[in-house]
Amino acid sequence: MLQSSNFRRILLLFVILGAFQFVLWTTFSPMVNAVDVSPQTAVQTVGYPDLNLSNVIFLLLVGFVGGLVSGFIGSGGAFVLTPAMMSMGVPGIVAVASNICHKFPKALVGAMKRAKYGQVDVKLGLVMGMSAEAGVLYGAHIQESIKKSLGDSGSNLYVSLVFVVVLAIVGIYVLRDAWKMKRSAEPEKEEVTALARWIQSINIPYTMVYFPSLKARISVLVTLPLGFATGMLAATIAVGGFIGVPAMIYVLGAPSLMASATELVIAFVMGLGGTIKYAWSGFVDVRLAMIILAGSLFGIQLGAIGTTYVKPYMVKLVMGTIMVLVLLSRGLMIPIYLAELNYISPIEKNVSTLVSNVSFVMLIAALLVGGVIVLYALWSGHRAHHLEQQGK
Amino acid sequence: MNNKMVLYTFILGVMSGSLYFLLWWLEKPIMFYSKQGQWYFIIPIAIAFVFSLVHGAFTGYFWEALGIKAKSTKEK
Repeated sequence: MLQSSNFRRILLLFVILGAFQFVLWTTFSPMVNAVDVSPQTAVQTVGYPDLNLSNVIFLLLVGFVGGLVSGFIGSGGAFVLTPAMMSMGVPGIVAVASNICHKFPKALVGAMKRAKYGQVDVKLGLVMGMSAEAGVLYGAHIQESIKKSLGDSGSNLYVSLVFVVVLAIVGIYVLRDAWKMKRSAEPEKEEVTALARWIQSINIPYTMVYFPSLKARISVLVTLPLGFATGMLAATIAVGGFIGVPAMIYVLGAPSLMASATELVIAFVMGLGGTIKYAWSGFVDVRLAMIILAGSLFGIQLGAIGTTYVKPYMVKLVMGTIMVLVLLSRGLMIPIYLAELNYISPIEKNVSTLVSNVSFVMLIAALLVGGVIVLYALWSGHRAHHLEQQGK
Repeated sequence: MNNKMVLYTFILGVMSGSLYFLLWWLEKPIMFYSKQGQWYFIIPIAIAFVFSLVHGAFTGYFWEALGIKAKSTKEK
């Protein structure tokens, strides 16, 4: 169990962090201008949906599967929730704001749960979370600039291109590594990459910090660009963990289980900052956020429990599989956005509608496949452990 | 499954259910004030924290009461 003094220390850190974020977002938010509507006009300009039973059930289910995946790999689910809410008629900005408002309490619960299993490196999570916050600000700024110059299609094209490029490089690498680990003689053993060993050997005076997950001292200057990239990705595609977790594993040398658990701390930091920013402008629909949270907390507990039964390569396998499926889904949409921007010849309306629907279904399928793998890993690990205990 | 665990799960379940009932009951004022933004930002944040504590604890006990527990060995 988590020591009570550690619990108090973590809670105190979160409170300090919350205060820091409040100052950061309320000071710099107008500069970023991602939410360029004053709070007073927000009420008049943004509609909030009436919730019916089928919408509530849909959100609960997507929340549950998203939570399941997040509890296991540290992130995920958010990339489905925003488009899912928008398909229910929720305005884009409210969908983003409500999604982020469910993210930070979910990440908090997940981080606390996995801290009980000794998997969380709070120090690394907070250090990376701080620079991730700056990345979110910059990412939102880039988004806004693209939207101003190229409109919604330009913004969508940018998001899809980032998805495809990042997920193609990182996703395939992670999947390949998971496969190699599975086939190796010692699938439990995780090798620290040559890059991580080199990073750990760099000594920059006055910046060296010991991180328990790495069992090494590294310069915080090294973590800054990694956190920044995580935040930028979170601001762009809503899932910073697709960069954050592989970066902690391959660049810093953290074990997969600890990296995925520590990502929950980063997600909490970014989620809290993002919620303050959007809530300050009155865009958070707390009903939507709490409905999603109702499902996702069941999922995140189960996903976190699952990590205690699996071999480390499973985290990489789930993450890599989701990344590649999401990559295909987003890749499908690129010609549509290119046509809307007149970079290629126009695509017929019914074809573009069909492709959009297929892409959205693939996005949900990506999450479902991740959820099924997590449930299967939990079930088989639980069963094997049970049989082992009976045999003793 | 021990009785204490079931009792905790039940109490937390009732508390969590009550919170969701309150959210539904007080939907109009909550939405009205949270839409105002600025210092009212505290409303969704506070609601999220309270729900995460109560509903988070409930969901944790819920799976344990069903016998789905973490493997006892601690990761290092």
